[in-house]
Amino acid sequence: MERENDNDILDDVTGGEYKYGFTSDIDTDKIAHGLSEEVVRLISAKKGEPQWLLDFRLKAFRHWLTLNPPAWAHLNIPDIDFQAISYYAAPRVKESPKSLDEVDPELLRTFDRLGIPLEEQKQLSGMAVDAVMDSVSVKTTHREKLAELGIVFCSFSEAVREHPELVQRYLGKVVSYKDNFYAALNSAVFSDGSFVYIPKGVRCPMELSTYFRINASGTGQFERTLIVADDDAYVSYLEGCTAPMRDENQLHAAIVEIIVEDRAEVKYSTVQNWWAGDAEGRGGVYNFVTKRGLCRGVDSKLSWTQVETGSAITWKYPSCVLAGRGARGEFYSVAVTRHHQQADTGTKMIHLAPDTTSTIVSKGISAGYSENSYRGLVKVAPEASGCRNYTQCDSLLLGSHCGAHTFPYVDIMNDTAVVEHEATTSKISEDQLFYCNQRGIPTEEAVGLIVNGYAKEVMNKLPMEFAVEAQRLLAITLEGSVG
Amino acid sequence: MRSLQQYLDLYDSRREIIDSGSAAAINALRPEARKALEGKQLPDRGTEGFEKTSIKDMFSPDYGMNLTRLTMSCDIAAAFKCGVPNVSTLLAVVVNDRFVPTSTLLNNLPAGVTVMSLAQAARQYPEEISRHYGSVADLKSAGTALNTMLVQDGVYIHVGRGVRLERPIQIVTLSSSPVPTLTARRMLVVAEQGADFSILLCDHSMNSGIRSLTSQVIEVTAGEDSHIDICDIEETNASQYRYSQIYVRQHDRSNVAIGGMTLHNGSTRNEYRVDITGEGCECHLDGMAIGSGTQHIDNSSDVRHAACHSKSDQLFKYVLDDRATGAFEGSIVVEPGARFTEACQTDRNILASRGARMHTKPQLLIYNDDVKCSHGATTGQLDDRALFYMQSRGIPREEARTMLMQAFMTEIVDTVRVEAVRDRLRHLVERRLAGYDAHCSDCGVTTH
Repeated sequence: MERENDNDILDDVTGGEYKYGFTSDIDTDKIAHGLSEEVVRLISAKKGEPQWLLDFRLKAFRHWLTLNPPAWAHLNIPDIDFQAISYYAAPRVKESPKSLDEVDPELLRTFDRLGIPLEEQKQLSGMAVDAVMDSVSVKTTHREKLAELGIVFCSFSEAVREHPELVQRYLGKVVSYKDNFYAALNSAVFSDGSFVYIPKGVRCPMELSTYFRINASGTGQFERTLIVADDDAYVSYLEGCTAPMRDENQLHAAIVEIIVEDRAEVKYSTVQNWWAGDAEGRGGVYNFVTKRGLCRGVDSKLSWTQVETGSAITWKYPSCVLAGRGARGEFYSVAVTRHHQQADTGTKMIHLAPDTTSTIVSKGISAGYSENSYRGLVKVAPEASGCRNYTQCDSLLLGSHCGAHTFPYVDIMNDTAVVEHEATTSKISEDQLFYCNQRGIPTEEAVGLIVNGYAKEVMNKLPMEFAVEAQRLLAITLEGSVG
Repeated sequence: MRSLQQYLDLYDSRREIIDSGSAAAINALRPEARKALEGKQLPDRGTEGFEKTSIKDMFSPDYGMNLTRLTMSCDIAAAFKCGVPNVSTLLAVVVNDRFVPTSTLLNNLPAGVTVMSLAQAARQYPEEISRHYGSVADLKSAGTALNTMLVQDGVYIHVGRGVRLERPIQIVTLSSSPVPTLTARRMLVVAEQGADFSILLCDHSMNSGIRSLTSQVIEVTAGEDSHIDICDIEETNASQYRYSQIYVRQHDRSNVAIGGMTLHNGSTRNEYRVDITGEGCECHLDGMAIGSGTQHIDNSSDVRHAACHSKSDQLFKYVLDDRATGAFEGSIVVEPGARFTEACQTDRNILASRGARMHTKPQLLIYNDDVKCSHGATTGQLDDRALFYMQSRGIPREEARTMLMQAFMTEIVDTVRVEAVRDRLRHLVERRLAGYDAHCSDCGVTTH
């Protein structure tokens, strides 16, 4: 096959436009641009927060002032004017709606187009959805059923009101406001998010799900998610994102904190498809997220699965702190970049206790002019004997202008640890394409087929409901019109 | 801040003395190096790529420099009786930075081969030295700029067109000083088209208990179709600090193999930077580190493919015992134009005791889709089953451990292409792992 032709097909396949690009007109309550102590107080006041939370925000804000944005990542981040961002936007809802009829129909239409199963018949699919539009939770389903089991699944603001003792006990315990620049920013101005508490011995009977969207123009979104799984509990949590098309860059700096107690298990899955900017690299979401789980219980388990296809710039390292004996951390990731997207993503597995194990499987796919980096840390503390880690990160290059990079950090301070790291970088082999062509599969379809096969190992880790969407997303992202 | 500033102040106030102890072609680069350091800091542990070794701390003590070029008393004949078994090398000794040729070197140098003092070469062949000196090294590295600003002498090796050297060139570097000293040393290696030779570098120290620091920059230009083997063995002692930077530029179809072996040392940072600018090149970069006590060994490699059809492989292995710390950071960069590149990198480490630490960061930066690249890293310990097997056959545990470690390192020893050097290295590694003091069998230089 001629090389030129080959490139054309790759361009075709990888050049599909953003399918979910639209904005909805909802009356939004927005405060003036800029960030100061007054703004932090205003956000807190608007949300009617208790004093301890305001103190937390102010401490974080004062610390944030002393920090500079991190510059070590393999990313080219334009200077962000943090004073040009509005730090609070909430859909103007007078009272909490009691039924779907009371919800703004425009909002429901938006959710319909996103395919969120918010309506009655779709509830039967077994998902409880806490839909977060911009910042404030609009509607939460399946609440009663979960309440029977003692499970708390609500918006963060609601949790602050109704379960202050839980929030106060766990907030900032995994990701301190001092953790990094964006974590400090989030801690100061976070607007809303989700809170999950699974009591002792309870197995959450359904997948918990939230959809985050960024809507109002020029607003940053600062989500905060806190998940606590008490002894012997189990929960699978899904987070999925599609964002409307925008002309200006939008900043998203979220924090996810997870606490896993004795023998508990948390499975956290993400499908991220925010607007990545247009084909020339204009616009797109900056996704700077701090996600970390603390496996502090004996034999606790935390599993991160992510499918990253969107955002102009991604800076995200979902991590596991394995502090309980025999704890297990897993990280499965597919990151796709195309056009001028940049991604620096990976994980940290911090082994603090003996007999802890972790697995990392990362698949990067780069196309167009994009830069895709895996950056991961595996650390074994001196007192953590008998630890085991296996890391595999593969990169697939589609096209000759993109970059695929691997930056693994391996820090071993214990002589009984067994740590393995493997990485490969290659393009789709001519042999595979030829094999498909020979059997009547056109090259375009063959590329999709091979990429899907390449990502299968990670896709299989997603919950059933999500795997379908993720595969569709991968198809849309990579196969253009084919999806 | 003081760490670097003291050297800038020294340079600013003693420029004439530094210049007068060297030659014009070397002095010519100092202002540029000084400028490159303006407003800069030496990298510390907060700098990406230097997480485990602070160059700033390494250079911060108040070292003296032998700028007036006093001759350090050093009875080389009595101190050093090294011989590579079964082959006589073209031997030269470098005391700190002063080049001392031996009679075998002077009597046996074939035509077309130059091995001499760098400063002297700069006086004799100013044009040639100007052309090559500083052409491969990167002044963006603060360590290299500092070396360039202060260096007075070193070694110049030039092998002419089509010359094939049977005997290895052996350069023995000795640190010798009664007071804490910083030695800046430079080596310039130029292989013309089709040249074929090997270099054995043995780094020793005569200073026991006196902290001293060596800053060594080696520039290697591998001409078209040339073939160069460099084996760098460090056998110093616990009070020695070493910052070594090797820069290689490869032209079309050149073949370069570099082995960096650290057997005994105090604290070492070795940096390897290979620029593959020609097509069809081959590069082999291997490293071995055997650490015990409080030894610290940090290797950093950066292999950059800028041309098509080149191959590179890297293999680094560490065995760390007691409270030794090791660090390895390797990167492979494939530039957009470097199609059909094959590059791989492997790092394997054994931690033999609780207190040992290993930090690994193998990296790939690929800007091209027509490549085959891979890297792998493992950190673990000796295989319990293998130990049990050997013990059950009557081999004491300690001996079995030693044998397994030797076997582990054999892979690195076997990468050395010159047979005589390989045998010698194998012998040294066996003795080292068996716990002997590291001095070479026939050598009077003690290491403890």
